[in-house]
Amino acid sequence: MEIIYALAIGVLTASGVWLLLRPRTFQVIMGLSLLSYAVNLFIFGTGRLTMGLVPIIDAFRQADASLYDDPVPQALVLTAIVIGFATTALFLVVLLASRGVTDTDHVDGEESEP
Amino acid sequence: MIDFNWAQHLPVLPIVIPLVAGAAMLLFAEARRTERTIIALCATLANLAAAVALAWVASGGMPEIWPDGIAVYLLGGWQAPFGIVLVVDRLSAVMLMLNAVLALASLVYALARWKKMGPHFQSLFQFLVMGINGAFLTGDLFNLFVFVEVLLAASYGLALHGLGTPRIKAGLHYIAVNLAGSFVFLIGVSLIYGVSGTLNMADLAARVPALNDGDRILFETGAAILGVAFLLKAGAWPLNFWLPSTYSAAAPPVAAIFSIMTKVGIYALLRMGSLLSASSPAGAPAPFSDGWLFGIGLATLALGAAGMLAAQQPQRLAAYCVIASSGTLLAALGLGGAGMKSAALFYLVSSVLATGAFFMLSEMIERTQRFGENVLALTFETFGLEDPLDPSRPDDVVGIVIPAAMAFLGLSFAGCALLVTGLPPLSGFVAKFLILSAALDTAPLERVPLSVWVLWIAVLGSSLVGVIALSKMGVRLFWSSDEIVTPQLHLIEAAPVAVLLLLTVVLAAGAGPATEYLNLAGNSLSSPQEYIDAVLGNGVPPPSSPELRGIERMEGIDIIKGIGIIEEVVR
Repeated sequence: MEIIYALAIGVLTASGVWLLLRPRTFQVIMGLSLLSYAVNLFIFGTGRLTMGLVPIIDAFRQADASLYDDPVPQALVLTAIVIGFATTALFLVVLLASRGVTDTDHVDGEESEP
Repeated sequence: MIDFNWAQHLPVLPIVIPLVAGAAMLLFAEARRTERTIIALCATLANLAAAVALAWVASGGMPEIWPDGIAVYLLGGWQAPFGIVLVVDRLSAVMLMLNAVLALASLVYALARWKKMGPHFQSLFQFLVMGINGAFLTGDLFNLFVFVEVLLAASYGLALHGLGTPRIKAGLHYIAVNLAGSFVFLIGVSLIYGVSGTLNMADLAARVPALNDGDRILFETGAAILGVAFLLKAGAWPLNFWLPSTYSAAAPPVAAIFSIMTKVGIYALLRMGSLLSASSPAGAPAPFSDGWLFGIGLATLALGAAGMLAAQQPQRLAAYCVIASSGTLLAALGLGGAGMKSAALFYLVSSVLATGAFFMLSEMIERTQRFGENVLALTFETFGLEDPLDPSRPDDVVGIVIPAAMAFLGLSFAGCALLVTGLPPLSGFVAKFLILSAALDTAPLERVPLSVWVLWIAVLGSSLVGVIALSKMGVRLFWSSDEIVTPQLHLIEAAPVAVLLLLTVVLAAGAGPATEYLNLAGNSLSSPQEYIDAVLGNGVPPPSSPELRGIERMEGIDIIKGIGIIEEVVR
């Protein structure tokens, strides 16, 4: 499971970085979205990968640590998703404004010479 | 508990006041400017009062609550490594005060006309102040990320304030770079959490020495990634090419408050570097350690100096001054040495006041020029305001027009130039003198290492370049132009600049007490154990309510212990 998980993060990051470096605003925002998926998965993975375990302490399992999942990365990833989503949405607005003002979707607001 | 003490909630006020004020202003319709202005002014003044009170607390003003002079505030009453803490020591208090002063000055300046240029200026401004305050206060890595995001989100809105093509173009780059930077920040934080099992900075510093070798490599990788994010915020070369265009396109009061935003990165580097310095025999990990910062600082300084020479507009020049100030700070901190931290802090305070004043001044100066009006004119056109550059038409701004506008502009420009270049008699000179003298103190005089001379040459050389660039600009603006227009300056526009410049005079005159306070701040950075003990050991928990304790008993589980177990697993 770890291998697949790591590969997924790697592929997402690589494609995200490549798209981020492209000259079109749409590519940049797709790149940022892919990067944010990769980062969110990465945060989630830092709390070790488990299956079928709960992050909340209950009366049956008591203090046996091996029966719990780490709740902190889950809380962190929720926060990161919300923040990333909101700022990407804001970026989308600026992107549209830029498109409207400059009549081009180049990130510099003007076409470079072919 | 009956003895509910208001004073112990003081550390959270710099976050709560702007948050409540900013949210409250959203309830008023956009047209009700008077109410919004009153709220904003009251909140900013209250914020300043809270910051001054915290500076007093940090110098041991309330020994009955915080005996060490380090105010630890446990949010929600959770014990330190498990909950989020706010920590106020001298360094945080100085930064908070600086931010409060700058915020008040920018806000007053903005009241003249800039707040009308777009929606929700006042609220965004308060949220920006809240984010910056929070970043200076928090003692938790992830919470630092959240506050940095709060300040960035507000700054995205403010950078675009007034719109216009240059702002949108610059804003696009600014947002893209900072979004990518935030992801880098997150990767660093989660890597560090993954190996150390803690997000609390003090707890992290205590745990790192116990890491085994494999984990240590991962930890240092995480620290390096985190450091890159901090350097990006600090405007360090080569991650600062977004800065000049954004800062020179932003509305002037916004650019003025932005000049402390780069210092958030510097603060984070200082704080983490101080806490991690004891983490291994080799000192702090990569970007926090001395050699790296020194090189990066020199490169940043070189870029700032070159940019100052090339800049054509005053506001762009001011933006490069911000970069040069970051470069000087990073190079000085990178050199290290006993007195360097306090000298660098003095320089930080002086340069933030100077660049803040410079940004506001540059817009007033641009009004004297016919050719420099393009950015402004577009903005005014967008919002259907009458052209303020035409002196024959009455201005709709209420306020007192000050006499001798050109004399004021010229004198203030000279003041800013003296501050930025570090010539006497203002505080810029004291600051650079302190840095150079602290650099010499690092070794006995006959065996001074090469790096000290490199720093001397860099600091003095950049000052010389600054003198050339600023006098060139001054001559062009004030002496050689035939078409100079005497602008109408209002008292509320001129006063903030004058106050900021007067503060630097006070800072130069009161350099003794100021350096004494900053020396103590620098010393506590060099010996982080006190900070760690204050956070982990004996923070006074706010009184928990009896109902809550009842619930805890009913569940029959000590929640704190439970989280402790989970933490152990992760470790």
